[in-house]
Amino acid sequence: MAYALQQLINGISLGMIYGLIAVGYTMVYGIIGMINFAHGDVFMIGAFLALIAVLLLQLGGLMDGPAAILLVLLFSMAFSALYGWTLERVAYRPLRGSFRLAPLITAIGMSIVLQNYVQVSQGARVKPLEPLVPGGIEVFREGGFVVQLSYVQMLIVGVTLAVLAIFTLLVTRTPLGRAMRACEQDQRMAALLGIDTDRTISLTFVIGTALAGVAGTMYLLRYGVIDFYIGFLAGVKAFTAAVLGGIGSLPGAVLGGLLIGLIETFWSAYFSVQYKDVAAFSILILTLIFLPTGLLGRQEVEKV
Amino acid sequence: MNLPAALKDAALGALVALGLFAPLVGLRTDVAPGGGLFLRTRWADVAILCGLVFAGRLALVLWTGRRGLRPSTAPGPWTARLQQAGRFFAPAMLAAALVLPAIPGIGRYELDLGILVLTYVMLGWGLNIVVGLAGLLDLGYVAFYAVGAYAYALLAQHFGLSFWIGLPLAGILAAFAGILLGFPVLRLRGDYLAIVTLAFGEIIRVLLINWASLTGGPNGIGGIPRPSFFGLPFSMAGGEGTFAGFFGLEPSPVHRVIFLYYLILGLALLTNWVTIRLRRQPLGRAWEALREDEIACRALGINVTTTKLSAFALGAMFGGFAGAFFATRQAFISPESFTFIESAIILAIVVLGGLGSQVGVAVAALVMIGGFELFRDLEEWRMLVFGGAMVVIMVLRPRGLVGTRTPSIALRERRAIGGDLVGEGRG
Amino acid sequence: MISPPRIHRNMILEVAGLTMRFGGLTAVDQLSFAALHGEITALIGPNGAGKTTVFNCITGFYRPSAGAIRLHHPGALPTDLHRLPGYRIARAGLARTFQNIRLFPGMTALENLLVAQHNRLMAATGWGIGAVLGLSRYPRAEREAVETARRWLQATTLLDRADDPAGALPYGAQRRLEIARAMCTSPTLLCLDEPAAGLNPRESDDLARLLLLIRGQGTSILLIEHDMGVVMRISDRVVVLDHGRLIADDTPAVVRAEPRVIAAYLGEGGEDEAA
Repeated sequence: MAYALQQLINGISLGMIYGLIAVGYTMVYGIIGMINFAHGDVFMIGAFLALIAVLLLQLGGLMDGPAAILLVLLFSMAFSALYGWTLERVAYRPLRGSFRLAPLITAIGMSIVLQNYVQVSQGARVKPLEPLVPGGIEVFREGGFVVQLSYVQMLIVGVTLAVLAIFTLLVTRTPLGRAMRACEQDQRMAALLGIDTDRTISLTFVIGTALAGVAGTMYLLRYGVIDFYIGFLAGVKAFTAAVLGGIGSLPGAVLGGLLIGLIETFWSAYFSVQYKDVAAFSILILTLIFLPTGLLGRQEVEKV
Repeated sequence: MNLPAALKDAALGALVALGLFAPLVGLRTDVAPGGGLFLRTRWADVAILCGLVFAGRLALVLWTGRRGLRPSTAPGPWTARLQQAGRFFAPAMLAAALVLPAIPGIGRYELDLGILVLTYVMLGWGLNIVVGLAGLLDLGYVAFYAVGAYAYALLAQHFGLSFWIGLPLAGILAAFAGILLGFPVLRLRGDYLAIVTLAFGEIIRVLLINWASLTGGPNGIGGIPRPSFFGLPFSMAGGEGTFAGFFGLEPSPVHRVIFLYYLILGLALLTNWVTIRLRRQPLGRAWEALREDEIACRALGINVTTTKLSAFALGAMFGGFAGAFFATRQAFISPESFTFIESAIILAIVVLGGLGSQVGVAVAALVMIGGFELFRDLEEWRMLVFGGAMVVIMVLRPRGLVGTRTPSIALRERRAIGGDLVGEGRG
Repeated sequence: MISPPRIHRNMILEVAGLTMRFGGLTAVDQLSFAALHGEITALIGPNGAGKTTVFNCITGFYRPSAGAIRLHHPGALPTDLHRLPGYRIARAGLARTFQNIRLFPGMTALENLLVAQHNRLMAATGWGIGAVLGLSRYPRAEREAVETARRWLQATTLLDRADDPAGALPYGAQRRLEIARAMCTSPTLLCLDEPAAGLNPRESDDLARLLLLIRGQGTSILLIEHDMGVVMRISDRVVVLDHGRLIADDTPAVVRAEPRVIAAYLGEGGEDEAA
């Protein structure tokens, strides 16, 4: 029981990170219908940016307290968003309205570029960072087993929920959100109604990659070890989460992320660590076979 | 565009570059000998990069007068030339490939490179059946390559099967894997299919890593038997029963390389021949029709499921052949050779070459893989250049090098069909 | 009030008690009618009457909530279309066209017509394997298929455009090509979804002639149509739907005079009935 509870806590905090990345996938997919393959790599860049921010603050002796963490978060979000904006501008916008496979290939190309760019500029070695937020609280004790809820985990859950709440408000309550949803429905019509679709799409990328920056920061705080390759697997799993939740749906992405996080954690805890990725992918395949539009996705009606 | 505006544009570009490069290039995180991390600044590099972006942007804006690169689906200068020379181009390439080992100055290195390029040509042609003809987006093609390689390696090791028996079996097993994957997922559309095939590829890789008792785990399988020349082994010892001895040649390691070269050339040509034949047959036409409109196919009485499955199985089979070849050539295989990036490269070859175009795929494989080798001196920068090249080519030619489709049959005259009309599949 | 469905020896398509519900909405309610061999039957009705739904049930794109759809064959047992998967319906001898034309735009007109003969050709190739090796009756089968295609291209005056991609043809030509493609499956019943939509009067006349030609060759036709001119001119029988129900089933002349039909089209009777 205690063991299971601990896994639940771990799974939720991992799932939140996946969910944050998945939201970026789902937003981009919703609006321009493409898999932004480089999104996982922006997450990786976000983690590196957070690491650099932490080291900068440590250099100035300021790496202390919640304000410092907030600074790190904002630094990572801002620069990740800049990467996202550039990505869209360079690799996707020229192909707007073109063949579906072309942006997919540029996305894969950009993913290769970003990975190797970070490898070249930051080195291939794994970067270990000492825990910034040590400790936690003891939830309860059963026999010799202590169920721990670490401060980092609380931070992850708290920050994720706060950030998601802010962005959900942004998407549902503001003119920008309305423009985004209009572009999602029908880009040409939205343009006819005076919506600047290019700008809206750019902003979608900015928001999505800023969230990836949050996820990168959280990942760094939680695991403390990053390298240039973490983006691929995290990206694939986050996309899995987005599909599982029903692509295009924001709550679906978070739900999918949580499910993937939980499945992975519980599978590792009870069956085998080696096959945890197989578990996540098998669940994906099963979901798609039995629920082709994901858990919260809209049913697509086949019109003839 | 006038100069002040161009300067402003370039300055903006440089500013963005500053934002991008200042943190990640300007501040390098390094692990101190004690284990901690510290920052090293490299502002000079950032300045150089920003200067390059400024100059590049300025030149681009001034020369092209456009605010960026524009994609084009119109037949480019080289496609037009390719089509004119088309009648000679493909045979010329084939002839060059056939005589390559005999050309003076072609040594072992060049032949190895040729083998590598041909392997990717074959993989590209195999995937072209699935993606280019049937319009099914497969992001896990490397799984079938892996199945073929491991199938051959295991069959050869455990049952002592020779290459010529192992090869078809590996192909059949890969085709079977293709059907196994295809059956449940063919109802899925578009990107869902893409992500599931990607997941399948990863599952196969994880299985290969972790099923150590069968696959040797991360250490892979070594000592895979090399192919023999129809029973005559290539041996440096020479003597009666060997290739060199039988033909009275001086034993040389190049013999095997030349043999491998022709082997993969033959396998690639087999793939090409089958594809070209099938394209002119009802099955191939049904694949292309499926890519164009699945619902219309159903209304015409075409069994969509079996048609898709046949494309999947056939593509997988050629992937399996290529895998068996890879295993016998390397004599050692490990899961590291079958990562997602391989699938991505093969898919990129197909798309860059032009969906459905056999010549385009061959050229793309030559350019991508050959170019990749040319830049070997760049070392760690190589992949960066590779990825960048993928983006640039795609942005300039979204429909690939050969963006047109040649009809499979004609009453009077076969005229190429522009890429704008040709569908690319929803599945 | 409505006579029970005509049980006719000469029936080709029988729709019996067809009901289609989408969630709480009943789009088609207990509909029964029949189409006869060698006739052109038109299915008409005001917008939202459920014509397209009926059509999609018959052609297998929807699975009906209740009722039966049978395709009759002379001297053989009928086929239960409502139980067949989509592609089998076409094989049973029922071909269709689409309201929003669905050709294979990147393939030539000729290729479009050859794809339509897929099943016959596929059998001749020994399901692909024999054809690759070149050991089969395939070349002859293909020559015959090309001949069939040529005949239909001729009938639809598209012979000159045979080697042009279907997507590059003008709209009217695409409509005709779609009919030609459906005919290349050698159907016993051809179902047309608004074939005259978007055609100019001359093209409509050509279409009417083409349909009469097809009927003359022994293929029965079921069509949904808005263009009353075409319907009244060529139909042997007109079935009128309103709000998912049958309100008339008779010859064009009778239907034209039927008060309920007039009311439905002028939008009076519907409300009265509902109230």
